[in-house]
Order: sequence, then C-alpha cells, then structure tokens
Amino acid sequence: MAAAETAQSWHEIVLNTLKRNDIRLVPYVPDRVLTPLIKNLHADSFFNVFPTAREEEAVGIVSGAWMGGMRGAMLMQTSGFATLANVLASLVVPSQIPLIMFVSERGTLGEFNLGQSLVCRTMRPVLDSLAMEHHTCTRLDEFEFVTDRSIKQAITTQAPVALILSPLLTGGKAFDK
Amino acid sequence: MSAPMNTSPDRNTKVMNRFDLTSRLVTRLKNEEAVVGGIGNTNFDLWAAGHRPQNFYMLGSMGLAFPIALGVALAQPTRRVIALEGDGSLLMQLGCLSTIATLAPKNLTMVVMDNGIYQITGSQPTPAAATADLVAIAIASGLSNSSWAADEEDFERLIEQSLLTDGPTLIGVRIDDKPGTGTTRRDPVQIRERFMHGLGVRQPL
Repeated sequence: MAAAETAQSWHEIVLNTLKRNDIRLVPYVPDRVLTPLIKNLHADSFFNVFPTAREEEAVGIVSGAWMGGMRGAMLMQTSGFATLANVLASLVVPSQIPLIMFVSERGTLGEFNLGQSLVCRTMRPVLDSLAMEHHTCTRLDEFEFVTDRSIKQAITTQAPVALILSPLLTGGKAFDK
Repeated sequence: MSAPMNTSPDRNTKVMNRFDLTSRLVTRLKNEEAVVGGIGNTNFDLWAAGHRPQNFYMLGSMGLAFPIALGVALAQPTRRVIALEGDGSLLMQLGCLSTIATLAPKNLTMVVMDNGIYQITGSQPTPAAATADLVAIAIASGLSNSSWAADEEDFERLIEQSLLTDGPTLIGVRIDDKPGTGTTRRDPVQIRERFMHGLGVRQPL
C-alpha cells in the first residue's frame, strides 16, 4: 500500500513536527536510540542543535530562549531525566514554562542494565508528583498526533510536557552481546 | 566572622562588595540589556539595585544563571545579556562554560561573584575556596576572554568592554562575605511574565 510505503519513521515525525511548530532550538544529551534524530537535526539548517554537558543545563537554555521569544525542545534518555527533579520543581513548573522534552526510554522492555531499569522507575512518579503532562509513545500511527498536539498544548497552556519514546516505538537499544 | 575567602597569593584582586558592584553594573546599562540574577544573594542584590523590566531573578535551579542567560542571548542576538552568578552556583554547572565557549554567543557577559563561601547557608567554604581559580577554569573551558577584576574601576572597565565585544566575556570578582541587601519578591510567574514584557516578547494584557 502506497501510504504505508511513504510512512515517516518516528524520528522523521519528531523533526517535521518540531519544524511545523517553529521549534528551532534543540539542546540534547545523547542517547543511542536518538542518534538518527540528532544526526538529521544537525543536517538541517532550520535547527540550532547542540549537546550540553548536563540535562539541567539544557532546561536552563530552553527556558531562557522561551522567555526571549524562541521556541525550543530538549532530547535526553531516562537517566538524564532523573537529574531534573530540582529544576522542574524550582524553575519550569512554578514559572509556567512550556518545556518540551523528548525522553528516550531506557530501563524497560529488554533492559540489560539493572541501574537503568531502576532509574526508569523514578521517571513517572516524578512527573506525576508535579502534575506534569506526559505521554508514553508506543505506536507510530499515533505518534504525529500525540507530538503535534502535545507541543501545541504545552505552548498554549504554558505548561511543560514529557514525551516518553518507548522501545515499542523506536525499537529501543538492543541487548549488549 | 573570618570567612575563608579566596586568598591565594597569586591574586592581587581587591575584595569588593556584591551590592556595590551590582549597582555599578546596573547604572551603566542604557540599552535595555537583559540581566539574569542567580540564586540567592546574587539576585537579592540585583533586586536591591533597582528593579528593571529586563531583570530575571532565579528562585531555585542553582547553577543555571549562565544557561538561562545563554538561552536569552541565542533568542535575542541583538540584545546584550548579562548573567550574575555565585561561585558556589557555578561550581554546580561548570560544564556550561564549555557549552557557551562552543556556541560563542556574541552578546553574553558573565559575572562570577566569588567569596569562596556559601554565604546564605551559614558561610561554609566551597570545596573550591582554597584551591580552584574559576577564571582559569573558564579560560581552560574555552572562554578566552575571561579575567579577574582588580578593583571597582577595573570591573566597570571590563563591563564596558564586554558590552562592545563580539563574543562571550567572563568577569570574576572577589567579594566579601556580606549577605544580600534586599529580598526579591518570590513570585515566579510574575517575574517570568514581566521579564518577557521587558524583552518585548509579550505585551501586558
């Protein structure tokens, strides 16, 4: 079927949806699963995309840019999210900043590292404790809808959102040999 | 009390006062420059120096004054952005110096207020107080335009110079152990909204 043949991959959907919503600034701390997305963002001059030393730093940069009138989103993996409770609770949520986060989900559905699987369990309780919007994205056919609507809702309601990219969507990271 | 301030012999920099330096800085701002004040005393003294619509006061998120200012600088490349940060705060986020050096925004000035102590929590010495040189760390991170201010006049000169320079500047100042002069009104939504008005991003209702 032609439609299926031309279907976008998950990372093409992220890139195109960011662009459609005029989100230009994309700081990240890398993850293996995010590699094709990061590569394609770097290759597209629409985006200002760069690595930061810590995820917290990326939150600060996106928050400052938002206040200065430029939209941003950040990319990280689960263990990176686990470093963010303080900045979410003391800057993003109380200041009503529409921080858009893409979190590549490690620690589930075939995790091989016990540390990763434990840190993964802290993510949703932190999001829930701050009443932050979050969605676990598992299906390619829903992904553009979820991403586009979530970005628009974050901006119009001035509230952060976390889009958790499940291995069911991305394929995840394969077991180490 | 005899706080263990930075006293390494290789420094001939004068010990100055945060509020005095912040006031001198604010007086020189004529072009609606954005100023981001780090957590605690740094933003208390910015508040005390006289509120401006282009001021942002951090209430938490220790260590993020420079990253927030970097974001503002990237969003508004024609506006000068100044960030005020404490030494203890910067120690929490030293990696941001490399990020800023790599992106090299043309419009960012960073000031590190260094008293070697966590004044607000009881003046305990920072782990760097007796050993590390934050300006040397900045230079080694790639911020070649970094220097200690020798005294108040030198600080004013370095600020003036940074406002005309096409690249990021970092200025270290040794300060005393005095607490902040005022207390910022802790209203994060209003602080953020007023800042956005001040930067021309939004109009008041």
